[in-house]
Amino acid sequence: MTTEMVRADNVHKSFGSLEVLKGIDLVVGSGQVCCVLGPSGSGKSTFLRCINHLEKINAGRIFVDGDLVGYRERGGKLHELGERDVAKQRQSIGMVFQRFNLFPHMTVLDNVMEAPCRVKREPKAEVRDRALAMLERVGLGAKVGNYPGQLSGGQQQRVAIARALAMRPKLMLFDEPTSALDPELVGEVLDVMKGLAQDGMTMVVVTHEIGFAREVGDNLIFMDGGVVVEQGAPRDVIGNPQHERTRAFLSKVL
Amino acid sequence: MSDNTTTERARPEAIKAVPVRHPGRWVALGVIAILTAMFVHLLVTNDRFRWSFIFLEYQDGKRGVMFTEPVLEGLRGTILLTVSSMAIGIGLGIVIAIMRLSSNRILSSVAFVYTWFFRAVPRLVLAVLFGNLNILWERIGFGLPFGTQIGKLFGLDGFDGQFYSIKASDLIAGFVAGMLALGLSEAAYMAEIVRAGIQSIDPGQAEAAVALGMSRGQVLRRIVLPQAMRVIVPPTGNEIIAMVKDTSLVAFVPVTFELWFQLQQVSARTFVVLPVIVAALIWYLILCTVLMVAQYFVERHFSKGYGAADKARQRLRDIQVEQGGRITRTGEGT
Ligand SMILES: Nc1ncnc2c1ncn2[C@@H]1O[C@H](COP(=O)(O)OP(=O)(O)OP(=O)(O)O)[C@@H](O)[C@H]1O
Ligand SMILES: [Mg+2]
Repeated sequence: MTTEMVRADNVHKSFGSLEVLKGIDLVVGSGQVCCVLGPSGSGKSTFLRCINHLEKINAGRIFVDGDLVGYRERGGKLHELGERDVAKQRQSIGMVFQRFNLFPHMTVLDNVMEAPCRVKREPKAEVRDRALAMLERVGLGAKVGNYPGQLSGGQQQRVAIARALAMRPKLMLFDEPTSALDPELVGEVLDVMKGLAQDGMTMVVVTHEIGFAREVGDNLIFMDGGVVVEQGAPRDVIGNPQHERTRAFLSKVL
Repeated sequence: MSDNTTTERARPEAIKAVPVRHPGRWVALGVIAILTAMFVHLLVTNDRFRWSFIFLEYQDGKRGVMFTEPVLEGLRGTILLTVSSMAIGIGLGIVIAIMRLSSNRILSSVAFVYTWFFRAVPRLVLAVLFGNLNILWERIGFGLPFGTQIGKLFGLDGFDGQFYSIKASDLIAGFVAGMLALGLSEAAYMAEIVRAGIQSIDPGQAEAAVALGMSRGQVLRRIVLPQAMRVIVPPTGNEIIAMVKDTSLVAFVPVTFELWFQLQQVSARTFVVLPVIVAALIWYLILCTVLMVAQYFVERHFSKGYGAADKARQRLRDIQVEQGGRITRTGEGT
């Protein structure tokens, strides 16, 4: 078996009195692509944000590459990690957002170079070469000097992917990366993601693109009401759902 | 097929229509022209303005009142006071805005109370108050808090726990008092401006930065503040310009080397009133014009990535990048 890149054990998360995650278990092997499906409000984004500690979980454990996320366990007691240690963990987890969230005051190239230069303090020339290569790879070699506001949505999302990749993460999280895009732009972003998957990147992808999940996903989980209702190989879950809720959801999105 | 037919069709004649007339604009222009002419006529022909007194010679062998030594000294004072109190105002204002937005309740309440107090008290009252602070303390210095009381507790009468102290009237007198009064009051207003700027930025920006592993300080310095500047700069321009004029309040501290005070002195000596006011007016106009020009450039700097003028410059840069041969154009999209 491959090594575990992400392991979630019985993860619970509440916002005030609203319990959003009610015991999520998940294992994503190294180099695997896990797709997350589920209706709006089922807690998909929240779960993804817990993986890089943008949200603090209330119970359970999340491990990324064997390290407990956000805490240190010593003598049977959990100690919260300081800002610096949390930031360190996040450096190896790339995240791509539904709304791109590029930095509008920086050029495309600066967007990609910012974190490696400022956070990892790598030499600028080296980062620059790598950033250019990344942008070339997502098909944006000609737009390095532009500002995000001058790009189409699909181009912006590809820059966002390059920005995350420039930190050389071992895990990539995608939160509905194509949901804010016009239909004809979805393909170009999915193509980049397919390429990443082929290169062996471990990815957790929240998406409504059933075709992508079926083609690229190694594993698919269906979430509803804060629990994993069903999981398995995408072909099985999509082709032959076992649960009523999964069937109802799939009949709407297919 | 249909493509072909459209491209081959003759281009129709360009539209040459008679534009809509705006008679109201011409009437307005006429009225304004007449009013301007009347005003210029007044300036030129009414010799009570005494332009030579203002510009050339206000007493035998002395330069015009705008350029005499005490007035120039006052001008320098006004500029220095504006710069230093705005430096305090902006620096402290940013700190207070960050405190106000902090999740630490104590810090945010301290910031709230600060803005509440300094926005409530008129600057004139503050200026007079700071001018008289030496009534409260004879000496000001660094040392143990409650040093004297601690000394008494241990039966040491002369002990005051001070490492270093200075006579209060030396430290906060005149210029420093005026600078503190204006600067501390300004910080309260700047804090609100900066807070509004920071809050105007999409939280997704900070989130994306944090997800890349940036620290809170880096997020603020590199991502949030530079974007917030677009919102912060225009009202800050207002504040600086208001400050140039508010420096005249320190005459009540009293601070003597300040533009308005110096010009008043000239008035008092020469019994000439109107031309002195006009001279002051001209100086304030000049200062504020310079500031507005500066603001224009600062705004332009922080609007990188937004707006049309920027796009034009960007296209130029694109071309240079391509010509530099550094990046070869590859197939767009996939
Ligand atoms: N910061 C927050 N404070 C309070 N409630 C929140 C917060 N973030 C999310 N929630 C709530 O948690 C629930 C799950 O939200 P989440 O964004 O994880 O859903 P989702 O599955 O990603 O939905 P969508 O498909 O619409 O993105 C929702 O009911 C939402 O209102
Ligand atoms: Mg979501």
